[in-house]
Amino acid sequence: MATSSQSLDASVTVPIDDEAERAAVRARRRYRTKVRAWQIAIVVVVLGSWELAGRTGMVDRFFFAMPSLIAAKLHTWLTEGTVIGSLAQQVWVTLEEALLGFVIGAVLGVIAGIVLGRNRMLSDVLAVYVRVANSIPRVVLGSIFIIALGLGMASKVALAVVMVFFIVFANAFQGVREADRALIANARFLGASSLQVTTSVVIPSAMSWILASLHVSFSYALVGAVVGEFLGARQGMGLLISISQGAFDTPGVFAAMVVIAVIALLADALLTAAERRLLVWRPGVHTDRP
Amino acid sequence: MSSIEIEAVNDPVRAAASDPVRAAASEPVRVVVSEPVIELRRVSRRFITADGHALLALRDFDLTVRRGEFVAIVGPTGCGKSTTLNLITGLAAATSGSVRVFGRAVEGIDPRVGFVFQADALFPWRNVLDNVSAGPRYRGVAAAEAEAEARVWIDRVGLAGFERHYPHQLSGGMRKRCALAQTFINRPEVLLMDEPFSALDVQTRVVMQDALLRLWETTRASVVFVTHDIDEAIGLADRVYVLTARPATVRSVHDIELPRPRVLSEIRYQPRFVELSRLLWNDLRPAAVAAI
Repeated sequence: MATSSQSLDASVTVPIDDEAERAAVRARRRYRTKVRAWQIAIVVVVLGSWELAGRTGMVDRFFFAMPSLIAAKLHTWLTEGTVIGSLAQQVWVTLEEALLGFVIGAVLGVIAGIVLGRNRMLSDVLAVYVRVANSIPRVVLGSIFIIALGLGMASKVALAVVMVFFIVFANAFQGVREADRALIANARFLGASSLQVTTSVVIPSAMSWILASLHVSFSYALVGAVVGEFLGARQGMGLLISISQGAFDTPGVFAAMVVIAVIALLADALLTAAERRLLVWRPGVHTDRP
Repeated sequence: MSSIEIEAVNDPVRAAASDPVRAAASEPVRVVVSEPVIELRRVSRRFITADGHALLALRDFDLTVRRGEFVAIVGPTGCGKSTTLNLITGLAAATSGSVRVFGRAVEGIDPRVGFVFQADALFPWRNVLDNVSAGPRYRGVAAAEAEAEARVWIDRVGLAGFERHYPHQLSGGMRKRCALAQTFINRPEVLLMDEPFSALDVQTRVVMQDALLRLWETTRASVVFVTHDIDEAIGLADRVYVLTARPATVRSVHDIELPRPRVLSEIRYQPRFVELSRLLWNDLRPAAVAAI
């Protein structure tokens, strides 16, 4: 199976035995090294000059902190815990809210997108309301959720759901609308019922749109959770930022930011891996497995 | 014609009994063969364009396809050839005239009709096996049974060994083979083909035309094959309809009496083939020139 698939590819790979080709391989490797070197250099320069500016007093370290102070803060949080409990505890609370909000929002968004995408009349009727709802600054809803649902987890999850829902919904809707007419017609001729067309053609073809939106929307779920905690909570990274802000602890705010960024990056890597698995059929994403 | 009458005609003995004159004129088998499966009578089709104008795509169009007959429709680009297929499937409604398939007015997609598209219509997220078994699966056949049947058809179209490949890993010709297997597995009684090979290179096209004829000879479906390629039409069909430029109507009908089974790469050099080709081109030329 593996051999036949390789011979099908546009080019057949052969071992390199030519000096010019070897040079080309070396040049490519050199290029990659160069890119990586520049990336590291930029980080070093930015953090270094920030540190230097803080130490020499060019920038007020009280307001803008310094990388070393932020690192020290992170170290303290990791070893001694934060004022509201261990760092792991805060991260977990925020992550839990974001994940719940993400899953609920994504599921609702996908369902709504598919239902409206498949039903022209319904989508034409509801289009105007969707546009209005979409233009509301959704973070403001956080205040209402805190009042209505209290300081616990529910209000944060609700905010994260709202943040995620519209992004996923818009993409799922668009994906359904963009589904190839020829594929739908083909499925119909092959004997598919309306439901089968939806499940076997429309949803798979909308999948790349939906997955793309999931990438973006997890960071929105995180924003929803953090902002919710910021507005009123007993635990979580948002509360930690809020407390640090109240204590004029800029390194604390930055340190919390770093932690959230790391969570977001890890989640993104996980989603990319999931996407690779789900879209094996797509050229480019496909990895040839034996 | 109601469905009951059709059954009567289907039965040679009863058909002969109900129509003694015809039965005497030819043997009963001919009666079965000559029964029209698709019948378009004086069909016109008007579109309303986006800017509110009416556009006449088809005018007084007549077409008859009998059981087991291979009919090709040739016409200049954009003349409304595909419209005829849409009328037969029920995807488009005739503005006037009658369209009858299996003896009754068309309503919705009939499970006995198969369609091969010009564009690639394989499901890109399914491998060859799952693409070919899609039809039986949609129709409620158990997965194992559908797969076994799919393997037979994959083998028949020469794709054995590629069951686990995704469409993007196949060449254009192989994707067409897969599309043929996907359609033939449903054993359609009527097969509609909308320029299925027009996107292929010339050599691949000839190979695919032969592959199609071999598959068709095993099933003997009634075929309507739309193309702009005269040689393709002559090589494949029993009868060729030449259309005029838009609004399309039938300019001429030619019976292609070349013997079957045919091998495309050989018969195209026979004197009769060349003669037919010249004849059809003379009919088509005014429309082709007008279309430019």
